[in-house]
Amino acid sequence: MTAVTLPVASAVGSKTRAPRRWGFLARRLGFYLAAAWSAITLNFFLPRLMPGDASSAIVEKLQSVSGQQMTPSQLESIQKIFGDPSANLGSQYIDYLDQLAHLDLGISVSNYPTPVSDLLWQGLPWTLLLVGVTTVLAFLLGTGIGTVAGWKAGSRFDTVVSPLTIFASAIPYFWTALLALWLFGFHLGWFPLSGGYDPDVPSGFSPSFVLSVMRYGALPAATIVFSALGGWLLGMRNMTVTTVREDYVLLAEAKGLSGRRVMLRYAARNAILPNFTGFALALGHVVGGALLTEVVFDYPGIGYLLYTSVQQRDYPVMQGVFLIITLTVLLANLLADSVYILLDPRIKEGA
Amino acid sequence: MRAAFLNSWKVRIGLGILVFFLLLAVFGPWLTHLMGLNEQANDMSAIARPPGGRHPLGTDQFGQDVLAQVIVGARGSMYVGLLGALVGTTIAILVGVPAGYYGGRVDGALNFLTNLFLVMPVLPLIMIVAGYLQGTGLTTIALIIGLSGWSGGARTLRAQSMSVANRDFVRAMRMLGERGRRLVFAEVLPHLTGLIASMFLQAMIGAVMAEAGLAFLGISDSSAVSWGTLIESAQQQSAVLRGMWWWFVPPALCIALLGTAAAMINFGVDELANPKLRVARPARTARTARRLAQAGANR
Repeated sequence: MTAVTLPVASAVGSKTRAPRRWGFLARRLGFYLAAAWSAITLNFFLPRLMPGDASSAIVEKLQSVSGQQMTPSQLESIQKIFGDPSANLGSQYIDYLDQLAHLDLGISVSNYPTPVSDLLWQGLPWTLLLVGVTTVLAFLLGTGIGTVAGWKAGSRFDTVVSPLTIFASAIPYFWTALLALWLFGFHLGWFPLSGGYDPDVPSGFSPSFVLSVMRYGALPAATIVFSALGGWLLGMRNMTVTTVREDYVLLAEAKGLSGRRVMLRYAARNAILPNFTGFALALGHVVGGALLTEVVFDYPGIGYLLYTSVQQRDYPVMQGVFLIITLTVLLANLLADSVYILLDPRIKEGA
Repeated sequence: MRAAFLNSWKVRIGLGILVFFLLLAVFGPWLTHLMGLNEQANDMSAIARPPGGRHPLGTDQFGQDVLAQVIVGARGSMYVGLLGALVGTTIAILVGVPAGYYGGRVDGALNFLTNLFLVMPVLPLIMIVAGYLQGTGLTTIALIIGLSGWSGGARTLRAQSMSVANRDFVRAMRMLGERGRRLVFAEVLPHLTGLIASMFLQAMIGAVMAEAGLAFLGISDSSAVSWGTLIESAQQQSAVLRGMWWWFVPPALCIALLGTAAAMINFGVDELANPKLRVARPARTARTARRLAQAGANR
């Protein structure tokens, strides 16, 4: 893994490097498009493979919730997404894609008659805010501490921090969250127990509302950062330990450069690459982790929506949330790939 | 090699904890019986009692002994862990090794599949599937976990078998006319056993933690006892907000210990495989210096 292909760029010149980068990006784009298509298709097949007829179950539920017959257009929309038993699979698939193209994901059963897409739009900003901030924070903190620990491996700092991190990252995430909630929310009363904002403050971009969002979000964010930190830290530590022994680091030291400069510009810059690949992949897990966070703290995001919909067997919402989570993760991965190109000029696919 | 493996204190502690929990999983129910505890009996005289007396770890809301539940729960959790890891590792081998060995179009297809599962958010996927299935036993949960969590292992195995496939002994066997399938599984695979063992360990911990997480999200078999269902019932009765720490701390601590054990073994294996990670620490005390000198003399 650490064996890197030496840059050919110096010989080939910068002219050919640019097209190769674009080629890489195009291949990745192709992959993500295919992945998005697979996710959509998986979403199509899941309710159809399960025992029973999902669409008639939903129609039945909807009618008992609303207490009235469904309009023909509502019936049609449900059947397009969850399957019309009388139509064959091929035409069902085309209907389904057509429905998605119109951004029509059906109607929520538990929140009748709110369309699923409305619920998604309400939840998405909360999750993006929470996950976005915490992922970047955890990555920066973990990588930073990992660099220091790896730079002086075997030092007192390293021998205390590294084993502690191993233990901390082995604790189930939701349990950390529960404990934090009990200690800081319940016992000490420093933070609110649940929710994403103060319900007494009118929502909007007023300073008081933003402050309440920050106060409510602090504890969930802290728990995510705490449990996501370990992976970055250990990965960066181990990579730094290996790069520190490289000849170019020795040379930099021999030249008399300051220790900090050698550590950051020579060792860390090279050690960070695998961690950055991991950063892209971790996004999927972070969304999963945020799911648990949102459940523990009743945070009004996508994960909480998924949780309540699974509990109430609200199939349209389940379906919609899964689709939106997958697509967001794919998009985030594509973004991370694009940034990676900037970081590593000798980009080589699969490395 | 084997001696070096066991020489690392990290590996020894990790293996010790792992063996302890495995024994607990096998003999747990028998052990609780021996201690005169019953995980199902409701002791009406001691409800939600803190640790002490007849109940070393206290009792829960229903007067059930927490220690007995933790011991019996080891079996459920380890079962999910082992089965999930078995399924996941098997798929990882079947996908990763041929992809790396054959390359070309086979690799293209299998690698696409791997990457697809790599970027899929696994937990939401499991939740959806479990939601549609309605009612899931521990076996179903283990299978779902295994089926959705193999991609990381497959990627590592692909990279490794790619390098093994180009070594001389494999080339020689190929020239001798050995069949492709036999080459893959009899020549290439044995060289990956160390890696696969550490992958299996990691997958096992992952499955135990996933089971706990799923139970927490309400996807579990309420009749089965595992560390996950224990934490879930504690959560359901809001043990956290009532300060009943003896109910939710022990099962999670077991999971964390198991995870630490696996991480320590893997750390030790990594240091063995990658000598650069082995840090030559300066002998701080005279005693360690003497011991090192002795070890050097013995060698």
